Amino acid sequence: MADVTTDVAATPSATADAPTGHTSALRLHLHIPSKLRNLELLLLIFACVLNGIAVVLVQLGALGEIRPEIIWLGGVLAVLAIGLHIALRFVAPEADPFILPAATLLNGIGIAEIYRLDIAAHATGWNADGIRQIAWTAIAMVIAFAVVVAIRNHRVLQRYRYIAMFTGILLLLLPMLPVIGYEQFGARLWVRLGIFSFQPGELAKIALAIFFAGYLVEARDSLSMVGKKILGVRFPRARDLGPILVIWAAAMAVLIVQRDLGTSLLYFGLFLVMIYVATARLSWVVLGLLLFVGGALIASQLFSYVAARFHGWLDAFNPDVYNAAGGSYQLVQGLFGLAHGGLIGTGLGEGRPQIVPLAQSDYIVASLGEELGLAGLFAIFALYLILVSRGMRIGFAGQDDFGRLLGVGLSFVIALQVFIVVGGVTRVIPLTGLTTPFLAAGGSSLVANWIIVALLLRLSDTIRNQPRLVIGP
Amino acid sequence: MNRELKRVSAVILIMFVALLCSTTTISALQVDNLRADSRNVRTLYDSYSAERGPILVAGKPIAESKPVDDQYKFQRVYTEPELYAAITGYFTLNQGTSGVEGALNDYLSGTANDQFLAKVNAILTGQTPKGAAVELTIDPAVQKAAWDALGSNQGAVVAIDPKTGAILAMVSKPSYDPNRLASHTTVNVISAYNKLLDDPKNPLFNRAISGDLYHPGSVFKLIVASAAIDSGEFTADSTFPNPSTLKLPLSDSVITNSNDGQCGAGKEVSIANALRLSCNIPFAELGKALGEETLRKYTTLYGFGADLAIPMDVTPSSIPGSLDVPQLMLSSFGQANVQVTPLQMAMVSAGIGNGGVVMKPTLIRTITAPDLTVIQPFQPEVFSNPISPQTSATLTQLMVNNVNNGAASNGRISGVDVAGKTGTAQNGEGRPYTLWFTGFAPANDPQIAVAVVVENGTSFGNAVAAPIARKVIEAVLNK
Repeated sequence: MADVTTDVAATPSATADAPTGHTSALRLHLHIPSKLRNLELLLLIFACVLNGIAVVLVQLGALGEIRPEIIWLGGVLAVLAIGLHIALRFVAPEADPFILPAATLLNGIGIAEIYRLDIAAHATGWNADGIRQIAWTAIAMVIAFAVVVAIRNHRVLQRYRYIAMFTGILLLLLPMLPVIGYEQFGARLWVRLGIFSFQPGELAKIALAIFFAGYLVEARDSLSMVGKKILGVRFPRARDLGPILVIWAAAMAVLIVQRDLGTSLLYFGLFLVMIYVATARLSWVVLGLLLFVGGALIASQLFSYVAARFHGWLDAFNPDVYNAAGGSYQLVQGLFGLAHGGLIGTGLGEGRPQIVPLAQSDYIVASLGEELGLAGLFAIFALYLILVSRGMRIGFAGQDDFGRLLGVGLSFVIALQVFIVVGGVTRVIPLTGLTTPFLAAGGSSLVANWIIVALLLRLSDTIRNQPRLVIGP
Repeated sequence: MNRELKRVSAVILIMFVALLCSTTTISALQVDNLRADSRNVRTLYDSYSAERGPILVAGKPIAESKPVDDQYKFQRVYTEPELYAAITGYFTLNQGTSGVEGALNDYLSGTANDQFLAKVNAILTGQTPKGAAVELTIDPAVQKAAWDALGSNQGAVVAIDPKTGAILAMVSKPSYDPNRLASHTTVNVISAYNKLLDDPKNPLFNRAISGDLYHPGSVFKLIVASAAIDSGEFTADSTFPNPSTLKLPLSDSVITNSNDGQCGAGKEVSIANALRLSCNIPFAELGKALGEETLRKYTTLYGFGADLAIPMDVTPSSIPGSLDVPQLMLSSFGQANVQVTPLQMAMVSAGIGNGGVVMKPTLIRTITAPDLTVIQPFQPEVFSNPISPQTSATLTQLMVNNVNNGAASNGRISGVDVAGKTGTAQNGEGRPYTLWFTGFAPANDPQIAVAVVVENGTSFGNAVAAPIARKVIEAVLNK
């Protein structure tokens, strides 16, 4: 990939004069990036303006006046996004122009709504989720910047697949270690820094996606070609079952020990989709789903909290379920909020999203649905779809299988996470405690999702420039 | 690999379509259900912090929202709170609502479906949405007269315009001060509310339309007489045996007339005289002769068992259960199983006065949006047509006789024919009576139909309830 920057640097001399076929093709190729980046800049400015307007509307709606906080509430994100954009011009000039603006807009809408909830809670300073969210956004985008700059060739990641696996599983298991000392230590560390707490599990999804992609590219032949046919479907050999069993065991451990159905579902779903794409064997998906559903059913029999989630989902309006501890109070209040917003919403700062517990994190979608209405929610879903479809495009158009698999995995994990969270809030599936990517208050989630953005940008950059570099005219 | 990617893309699409469907279901299709859920405090909070529309009587607000400097932005204020409490009801932060405040909350808070476009418009133009104003049919002079006339008695007065169904006065005593429930300090509201709830006199009851209901006693004879004459089975001159006591069949109970003697002189007594003198024994015999089915047919026509909203829900008057012969005979003079609201009895009088047509009673004259467009104009509606004009004319004559030469003498107003009927309902051995008067005036062109009920009475309807009704009628006629 290092060739790219050399190429760009060589632009003036290369385009100055050269009517021959070779150089005209080169010139054509060198014009596209600036067009892409200009489009990105335009969209980015539009996104930042919308974010600014959102904060202004929150202030007018909730406070009745415009306050100076607007400058850094809207400004920090805008400056960082433009900074990332400028970096892309140098290190990934052909990256997809839609990813960064979509993520920036989602992030900004999230900040506006979290700020709105801070106003309702009279939270100020570092107690305010909005301020912490801005700080985390800054940290996340600097990390994303570092990722884009540092990882010039994504294939490097393939080499570190087993390190990624250990990192991923370690991150996943950290919260469930019975080592209270660690948690205390961790907490102490962060308290000394003043403000933040961290959910290492969020980062695990990236590490696992990298591992899955690396491992599956290597192992897919043995996973897909060999095995007995039963009922017309080829099932894998027993010894090839190892990885899926390990992942299943990890997912079950998360479900049982960490009591987190959502995270468990997210990682397992990610794995299933990636193994399916890599091996083209539906039997893996069938097998995996059977294992997961079986495990979840047994868990729902054994553990009351899983059963409670199901009750709360199916019979939410029953007064007994509604009033029970851990019952459907939050779910039902969230539905009231969404209904209160109706088609066009109450307007930012005009609703009462603070009635719902965790309105700024798990329930940010209900909060936004109340204030922006169904129309606003559809716009947000559209933004996610743009983000996901640009990522899926890497899978379709990419040149190397590792990159394609990684792109698909990272995009799918965003889509699945949105589905699990919003589906839980709107009663499509039982409610689980995941964060909504980019929108919800929470540092670890922001960092993880911005790293995903950085990786998708890097991967998308290779779609365009790689063939030209390799094939050429 | 591309085939698998397409399938994964399809799965992603399906997931998002599922979310589009679920959010649409909640935010568009289920909105009314979710808003109506009693656990949804948003509706209430909203109605509290929007500028709630006023409730007006003759153009003057009896309930209005005044701006205050707290999180709810507006304070609900009731002028003449006790006088109108039975009508306005109360509007609290977290203890619910009642009366017009509750029944028309949608309109007052500006969230009714009729006001949707206005709400959108207000949002687009950056205005705070306002609620609609509700103008009542109440006549302040009549309301005041009813309030004063009822005095310190426990009971209710309700007056209707027989021609339109417009409710001119509605008083229930004891009353309460809804301002105390409109406080923004939750603790105060709860303590005031609990105090009212614990009060054995039940001040929160609107005795005119709900509460525990009353035995109608002799005023029920109007319905029995309607059934007898309108069914064609009897005329006003039909006669019945006239003993001074009557042992009920199948039981040892003996009934008497209110004077403990015969109903006037003679071996037989006509329906006309029995009504004029308000005798129980002839009506018990008449009821038995009519049968339960005919009796129920006419009670239903007059409004028994009907779900009526004025706009508050009116507890349906009823004769529960199936009646054996003694119960039928007791019910025929308004005892035993019969339970009514004062509004129901006012509707009976209004129907008789209005040529046999009962108009649907209502408190609402108009509902007007903040931009002065009328959302809901006043439209008199026919409720039922229980009796023919001939029956109505006959009954009117009987009721006028009852006032001029009979048991309802205290309803007389010089220069005007008042049609009326008194009642003194028994509530069991040793318990105080329920005293009644219902009627209309002027008899030939009724301007008002009224029902008065006084609880805990020790004398007769004519002594206590009739003078109250007379003052209410005078308030209308003196205008």
